[in-house]
Amino acid sequence: MKLIYEIGEEGRKLDLFPELDVEKYELKANKRNVELHLPHVSEQELSRHFTNLAKRTHGVNDGFYPLGSCTMKYNPKIDEEMAVLPGFTNVHPLAPVESVEGCLEVMETLQERLCKIAGMDAMTLQPAAGAHGEFTGLLLIKAYHESRNDKARTKIIVPDSAHGTNPASAVMAGFEVINIPSDDKGCVDLDGLRNAVGPDTAGLMLTNPNTVGVFDKNILEITKIVHEAGGLCYYDGANLNAVMGQCRPGDMGFDVLHINLHKTFATPHGGGGPGSGPVGCKEFLAKFLPGFTAVKSANGFDKKYADNTIGNLRTMAGNFLVMVKALTYITTLGKEGIKEASSNAVLNANYMRVKLSKTYHMAYPVTCMHEFVMTLEEEHKNINVSAMDIAKSMLDYGIHPPTMYFPLIVHEALMVEPTETETKEEMDHVINVLKEIHEKAEKDPEYVRSAPHTTVINRPDEVGAARNPIVAFKF
Amino acid sequence: MGRYVPNTKEEQLKMLNEIGYKDFDDLFSVIPDSVRLKDLDLPAGKSELEVSRIISEMAAKNKQYKAIYRGAGAYDHYIPSIVKQITSKEEFVTAYTPYQAEISQGVLQSIFEYQTAICQLTGMDVSNASVYDGGTAAAEACAMCKDRKHSTVYVSETTDPKVVSVIKTYCFGSNTEVKMVPAKNGLTDMDEAAKMMTEGAACLYIQQPNYYGQIEDAHKAADVAHNIGAKLIMGVNPVSLAIMETPREAGADIAVGEGQPLGLPIAFGGPYIGFMACVSDMMRKIPGRIVGETTDDAGNRAFVLTLQAREQHIRREKSSSNICSNEALCAMTVSVYLAAVGRDGLETVANACASKAHYLQKELEKIGLKKKFDGEFFHEFVTTSSAPADKILAALDNKGILGGLKLSDNEILWCATEKNTKASMDEVVATVKEVCA
Repeated sequence: MKLIYEIGEEGRKLDLFPELDVEKYELKANKRNVELHLPHVSEQELSRHFTNLAKRTHGVNDGFYPLGSCTMKYNPKIDEEMAVLPGFTNVHPLAPVESVEGCLEVMETLQERLCKIAGMDAMTLQPAAGAHGEFTGLLLIKAYHESRNDKARTKIIVPDSAHGTNPASAVMAGFEVINIPSDDKGCVDLDGLRNAVGPDTAGLMLTNPNTVGVFDKNILEITKIVHEAGGLCYYDGANLNAVMGQCRPGDMGFDVLHINLHKTFATPHGGGGPGSGPVGCKEFLAKFLPGFTAVKSANGFDKKYADNTIGNLRTMAGNFLVMVKALTYITTLGKEGIKEASSNAVLNANYMRVKLSKTYHMAYPVTCMHEFVMTLEEEHKNINVSAMDIAKSMLDYGIHPPTMYFPLIVHEALMVEPTETETKEEMDHVINVLKEIHEKAEKDPEYVRSAPHTTVINRPDEVGAARNPIVAFKF
Repeated sequence: MGRYVPNTKEEQLKMLNEIGYKDFDDLFSVIPDSVRLKDLDLPAGKSELEVSRIISEMAAKNKQYKAIYRGAGAYDHYIPSIVKQITSKEEFVTAYTPYQAEISQGVLQSIFEYQTAICQLTGMDVSNASVYDGGTAAAEACAMCKDRKHSTVYVSETTDPKVVSVIKTYCFGSNTEVKMVPAKNGLTDMDEAAKMMTEGAACLYIQQPNYYGQIEDAHKAADVAHNIGAKLIMGVNPVSLAIMETPREAGADIAVGEGQPLGLPIAFGGPYIGFMACVSDMMRKIPGRIVGETTDDAGNRAFVLTLQAREQHIRREKSSSNICSNEALCAMTVSVYLAAVGRDGLETVANACASKAHYLQKELEKIGLKKKFDGEFFHEFVTTSSAPADKILAALDNKGILGGLKLSDNEILWCATEKNTKASMDEVVATVKEVCA
């Protein structure tokens, strides 16, 4: 397909702006001397170009999207409608506090409800994504130890099953990463953890359920070990959809966490963002929070800045319109709906796990939470069909594949997260498709190895792309 | 209670039983009793009509101004209808990061088109797929310049203080020293910068036009930085680049900025988008997603996420940044906006901004609001007045006008864009005149 720069004609344009009604000002110096190439298209061409791009894009609305660890649930329409209300979109972030009461009410209400769900005492909505939240939470941990003049605490413990963002965030926050191995159930090895903690431990980063979809039943022992060593416990909220309304990170011994509004609270992913990664913490860390938090005041709402703030993780309040969507969602579901969502997320995952376990090998054949991991290691060895091949075959059925090759502790992994918003019929269909692909892989492995066969492109040359990078159109 | 779980209670129970669980308690039995939540303390769920009412009432509590003369990092520009329509398409809104290229060519191509536009605006060779906002783009750019021999970050005091705060917060994380270069008459004191910057300097960060709207001598900044072996990072306003020289022409190594003026609503601060572009030498240091062009097995043009060896999901603790999610839909918004306005349209907007700001400044000067700085400015300027800033802004507020940002008791930072009409600016001047009289 042509790029927008390759269609249209010089001179074609949209009529958008009126004649200048004041004298024209000409820059005296620092003028641009190089040509600026931008598209020159009519509105009709522009509209059709992006409609064609939309046809080449698979969203949750196009079909099943069981991308493990990403919680690709249905994104309700009312959330989108509320987020484009002019009363929200036209508000300048630096407008006087008394003129932004509504925005502050959104923030204050959302902060409070997220605290209740997470079992935390305070919440910042400033971080713009999950990884941004991790970095924020780790800076809180760093500020805490520094405030106690406990300078030796320079290490963050991360299980080998963790999301790649965890160790990357720890390094950005100035910590050294200590990787600890998981046990044969994919859970934290308690002895390994006991050996790893010490006076240099700043904290532990963990998600529970973990990245293989298993709830670590030793969770209270784990957080106790870290606390007794003087470290703090960070909860990666990527998997909160499994447990919201069932149990709370704050009650499991975690001191600080981030939440992905774009996963758990149904705000869409937008092809990679914008997200929002609020960070919640216990009271003793609240004085370090960044930006401002919204608080109730005598006349309405106000901004409150923390006494020993770590600063600002970004300019302004955060991804405000994403907050509006999340608040709309939480208000809709309420206390019963939140629990119903996690219950069905876990039910759907187990339904698929059990139904598929006769055909595919489960990495951990136990009750899972919201997702489960299959391993194609044997198929890879025996018939030279990889997890990638199975995933690519699914594309021919209009199904987005599961997360591939993660977590790293499982070979040839496919991580399936159906979410609560799929019907039984849809899951039955996908289960049948996966069985059919497995059969094909045994009978005609080459067909599966060369999948997909029906998409607008087949497998792209990624090695070539990285070797000779073309990252912008050359005019 | 509103709900998006499609399966009925009966179906749920049937499914549970079919796979060997008695009920939901049985399914969740792995969670220790001591942490099982008895009661989630939230209000009951609500119908869509009720929810619509509740949230709309919150929106209605915000004051909507008929005209905005405040910028300082968030700029009120006209957003063409087509931008909102296209970026509301469900496929774009509900997709995830395009890991599966075969069914994500639409999103991938849109990011490639965005990267091309950012390279065009800045004159740079490489753009990433976006970061969270202008502040994080600045902070990430500083991190790109650091190596074993270059560790100190220098930031001009004429930079937006909100951006400075983000840089400092990121540097608190990485234990990086930040030194502020002082300002002189509203501009970076380049002589002082040259004196301050020593061997270990990683970069000099300047904002163009700067926080006060003044146009910096970027060529001088490039010389100062390069003379000591440091990089120059320029934080730029993307609209200004239609008529102002590109960071590349000025000699910068990295260009970053807040992309909000290119089609995104001011929306109480977000979502916005940070753009980052650099010279090709630094390509493997730039953080975040990058889309590259390639071909598929059959030789068809194809787009993929590329240079992933820099990223956290491959490199973990050795990655260039922890960024995963970015602002992809905002990048598409920027791309559609730039296609809608085109080169001529963006020039029209930039010229209107500069022209209207200069009209407003001259008219305010006539009634006694003096220009604080003498240098050339783009679409923001600072005035000093004998009347208190609070009084001026309150009078405007009463007329439904959001005036400039108060910088001190008698100083205001004003901004004008193409949305401000002459009639509206005349009303501003008349209102301020009454206060000053």
